[in-house]
Amino acid sequence: MAKIPGLVKGLGVTFGTMVRTITKGANTVQYPHEKEVPPIRSRGVIALHQDNCTSCMLCSRSCPDWCIYIEAHKDLAPPRREGGKVRQVNKLDRFDIDYALCMYCGICVEVCPFDALFWSPEYEYSEPNIADLLHDKSKLSEWMETVPEAPALEVGADKKKK
Amino acid sequence: MMQSLFLVVVPYWGQSLLRVLGGLVAVLLPAGTIVYLFLFKMMSFMQSRLGPMEAGPYGSLQLVAEVGKWMQKEDIVPQRADKFIFKIAPVVVLVSTFLLVVVVPFGPDAYFTNFDTGVFYALAVSSISVLGILMAGWASANKYSLLGGLRAAGQLIAYELPMVLAVMGVVIQAGTMNMQQIVVSQNSGSMFGFSGLGNPFVLTQFVGFIVFMISIQAELTQAPFDMPIAESELVSGYMTEYSGFRFLIFFIGEFATAGVFAMIASVLFLGGWGVPFAWFGWTSTDDVANWMNLVGPLIIFTKMMLVVFIIMWVRFSYPRFREDQLQRFAWKILIPVSLANIMVTAVLKVAL
Repeated sequence: MAKIPGLVKGLGVTFGTMVRTITKGANTVQYPHEKEVPPIRSRGVIALHQDNCTSCMLCSRSCPDWCIYIEAHKDLAPPRREGGKVRQVNKLDRFDIDYALCMYCGICVEVCPFDALFWSPEYEYSEPNIADLLHDKSKLSEWMETVPEAPALEVGADKKKK
Repeated sequence: MMQSLFLVVVPYWGQSLLRVLGGLVAVLLPAGTIVYLFLFKMMSFMQSRLGPMEAGPYGSLQLVAEVGKWMQKEDIVPQRADKFIFKIAPVVVLVSTFLLVVVVPFGPDAYFTNFDTGVFYALAVSSISVLGILMAGWASANKYSLLGGLRAAGQLIAYELPMVLAVMGVVIQAGTMNMQQIVVSQNSGSMFGFSGLGNPFVLTQFVGFIVFMISIQAELTQAPFDMPIAESELVSGYMTEYSGFRFLIFFIGEFATAGVFAMIASVLFLGGWGVPFAWFGWTSTDDVANWMNLVGPLIIFTKMMLVVFIIMWVRFSYPRFREDQLQRFAWKILIPVSLANIMVTAVLKVAL
């Protein structure tokens, strides 16, 4: 076959794309009207499982943006065994993530030794007021409902607990 | 004249008013259609996008929204700008479009004016927009604007020549510079005795047609030739400092001129408002049935859309030329080709 000049070929490409878009539709998802289901492991928002948190501050200190604010106080808890010593536990007072600063690196989720932080694929939490992007611990706990069940791991590996 | 269009006698002021209204419709309606149909939709489809979808069904009212947006923006004039020149420059560009549409015939009696040097007038008036662009570039007191204006001037003057020379072939073949007569001679003509198609000059003047199309692409500063507003080099060229409705006027001017130039191209090369006269047994404009005054504008509109489709198709497909390549292409290729075209046409005209 004779070589088609590039100029003509280029016109053919654009015309072909036009015909394909008209007949088969574009790949565009018309967002507010129709929604894409995000992949199960997508990084939408970070959820907090409060019972697992020991306020060890590892997440806060590893955060590159310093967007996690943790305050806690020491409290006494009854002993585990009869006649045992009274235990000292950390009670979480404040756990805020400022999503205006967060860059979704996920280091806090990785670094948490007690599985208190989880990724949720939820992404619709924009706010007209920037101060409202600071999610406190009750709001972060609400995101727990949206956290999908962790995918099956290899045989013998520990499953991440909610 | 235009009076034969109407059953009652229209006074002179009424005729003038109708002409002004007709001119507005003939310039703005194609401009709006071109922007929506080609710039918004076709460009999106060629890039596998949907384009505007929210304003009205399939985004058809997007242009109204855009115009509203531009109208409410602040009309900024740079402090060191030449304020008067800066303000009238977009108007000068738009006026050249309105002056241009005056000579386009839309039907046997539906035209604004019908004078014998129509082609000459159209080519002369179309270069008024260069003045407006130079004024805009110089008065903005901005380096990018000035460079854009100078590039525009260099480009428009360079491509004016091949355009004029390409039209010369048509004028030689038709034997007249009257736009109406050019339409008539195409539709009443015949090719080798076969008159079923008339004699649209796109066939006999194919080289001229190609040169003309390339030249108007450059005259309209559409994509492969959009150096004056090259956004990666010059921000937005001579339009850099314009905002609000003055930018809107430039924008309308760009696409209205595209529409009018496409009309002129369809008059010169595609047979204008006419259908081949042999279909109905007509021989001159006097024979043409009166309903052609209504159908003619639709026919020329269709042909215009076809030409604009080609212009926009090329615009969306090709990357930008370099400035020196642009000038070299005009002076070293287009002008010699169109000169050769004139010679061949003249020789054949005399010989046949």
